[in-house]
Amino acid sequence: MRHAVFLRFFLPTALAMLTFIALPIVSVLVQSVYAPHERVVVEVENCTPFGCTKSTVIDQEATRKLQEERPLGRFVGGDIYADRSHLAFGEIGQAWRGAETWADFGRRVMTLPFYKALAFTLTYMLFVTPLSIMLGFCVALAVNALPRMLRGPTIFFSLLPMIVTPLVGALILFWMVDSRGIIGSAVQWLAGDDDLSLKASTPLTWIMLIVYGTWSTAPFAFVVYYAGLQTVPQDTLESAMLDGATRWHRIRYIVLPHLLPLTTFMFLIKIMDNFRVFEPIVSFNAGAHAQSLSYFIYSDLAGETRLLSSAAATSVLTVAGVLVLLSPVLVRTWRQFGKA
Amino acid sequence: MTISARRRPATLNLLIGICLIAWLLLAIFPFVWTLWGSFKVEGDFFSKAGWQNALSGPLTQLEYGASFTGAGYHGAWVKEEFWRAVLNSLVVVVCVVVVSLTFGTLGGYALSRSTYRYAFWLLIVALVFRAMPPITLVSGYLLPFYRLNLWGHLPTAIIVLVAINQPFTLWMLTAFFKNIPKDLDESARVDGCTQFQAFRHVIIPVMWPGVITTGLFSFLLAYNDFVVTAMLLSKQNQTMIPKIASFLGTTQTEGNVMFAVASVVSVTAPLFLLVMFFQRQIVSGLTAGAVKG
Repeated sequence: MRHAVFLRFFLPTALAMLTFIALPIVSVLVQSVYAPHERVVVEVENCTPFGCTKSTVIDQEATRKLQEERPLGRFVGGDIYADRSHLAFGEIGQAWRGAETWADFGRRVMTLPFYKALAFTLTYMLFVTPLSIMLGFCVALAVNALPRMLRGPTIFFSLLPMIVTPLVGALILFWMVDSRGIIGSAVQWLAGDDDLSLKASTPLTWIMLIVYGTWSTAPFAFVVYYAGLQTVPQDTLESAMLDGATRWHRIRYIVLPHLLPLTTFMFLIKIMDNFRVFEPIVSFNAGAHAQSLSYFIYSDLAGETRLLSSAAATSVLTVAGVLVLLSPVLVRTWRQFGKA
Repeated sequence: MTISARRRPATLNLLIGICLIAWLLLAIFPFVWTLWGSFKVEGDFFSKAGWQNALSGPLTQLEYGASFTGAGYHGAWVKEEFWRAVLNSLVVVVCVVVVSLTFGTLGGYALSRSTYRYAFWLLIVALVFRAMPPITLVSGYLLPFYRLNLWGHLPTAIIVLVAINQPFTLWMLTAFFKNIPKDLDESARVDGCTQFQAFRHVIIPVMWPGVITTGLFSFLLAYNDFVVTAMLLSKQNQTMIPKIASFLGTTQTEGNVMFAVASVVSVTAPLFLLVMFFQRQIVSGLTAGAVKG
């Protein structure tokens, strides 16, 4: 296909992606180095027959004029990145000097909102990704052993947790783990503690979110593995059986290696998806105990006063995180295809 | 597999059976529970006395004279005007699917037929874009959209969702078009068609299976979206998912959480039908990229 023709076909999608994905990233970068204007304050003297008092008032006119002249705000460079709610270099340095042990240092760092959000996001990603892939694999093996007739309905029901809207699925689970809901009261009964609330403790909230994440992403792993299992070479399996390989040996040495490329693919996709975990935190109303990077940005944007600069700085840091996560893939692709 | 099936010991069969039943319960039970509970009053669905009340519904009986009531649905759909959100969602979803498939088929076809290396790199760029969390993009939209007076309108949310959806659509459709033999449109070119005519008369008639599969995923993205629609739409243009989220904020205090339960069921029902009718396409779409790549 010639370049000109290619361009004509590709132009609509290229324009859409440039305007609404590439430009916003630039816009976020720009916003993150500007802070809102400070209000212009003037001192006025109020004189009454009993004497004069001085007071300061906001000069609305001048403030508006300043805003119109420089709509982005005042340039502050990297200040927003360095402040307490982002990278907090000052506080980290203090914690480093003041802390006696590593645990103490960790505790101090975890009081900083950005690091708390980062810690939750990474924990969620590191637990949910392997757990959901393992669960999906087990379900796929089990479904594969079913008679053909039963497979269709099983697949239908297994797909539901993944297809359902994330916010809605998380809400459904949240209502069940409510202390007056069925799972919540079951847990209370098991623990023998009538006042136990899963929502009130930070570790339990994290566990709940991870359980939700595994529940909602396992079906994807299941479907992909199930399709992969249909392509395992049957003659290899049969010759292994003739050689006396047990069931476990066959899974370990034939099925798993055959599914390895699928597994790397799924890890890549799921790491990208789990890094942006957001909706379950809204549904579980868990902002007080668990914040992800996405939720951190959302709470800046959704507040009464929209903290655009702060949200922009967090966004830039999040995008940087995504690029770090993707970098092994990008480097490998570059090595394989870039120079060839 | 016939040999191994015959030889499988009974204990293993039992184990597989138990595992599967446990998984299926885990997958279905929450939905059944919520559907059942949506016809109760709050005091039964969130029962202080015991979970059995959610099944039998004594308080519902006391209040409405029957163990089932449609009060939650009436409250959500009529009093809180959930139907308005449903209409908005319908507009957004239909437009997003149509526009993103139009853009996607053109772009994906071009990528699949180009022999130059930049086609490959464009796909890699799309992959990077696919990995961007939508909320980071939203924080980039707000300021310009306020300035340009674009904030709050349905078309804005539609075009943003189309753009966010493009990387995925491109990947799926490119993979799909690569499976359509090149000879097909090349012979049309030899017969004197332009590239566009070849696309129009030769490719479009045979592309529907792939387009339907991709369209299903575009549908799900637009239908399930919360981030973009919650941040970019004004109150009267709200779609279903942000509407449910707003129920939680306002009605939980009034004791009308059942509105949210009823609307959650209303949102989930169409998705059930979708999976029921298009299970094959969804499964093939999920595995297309994975098994071949």
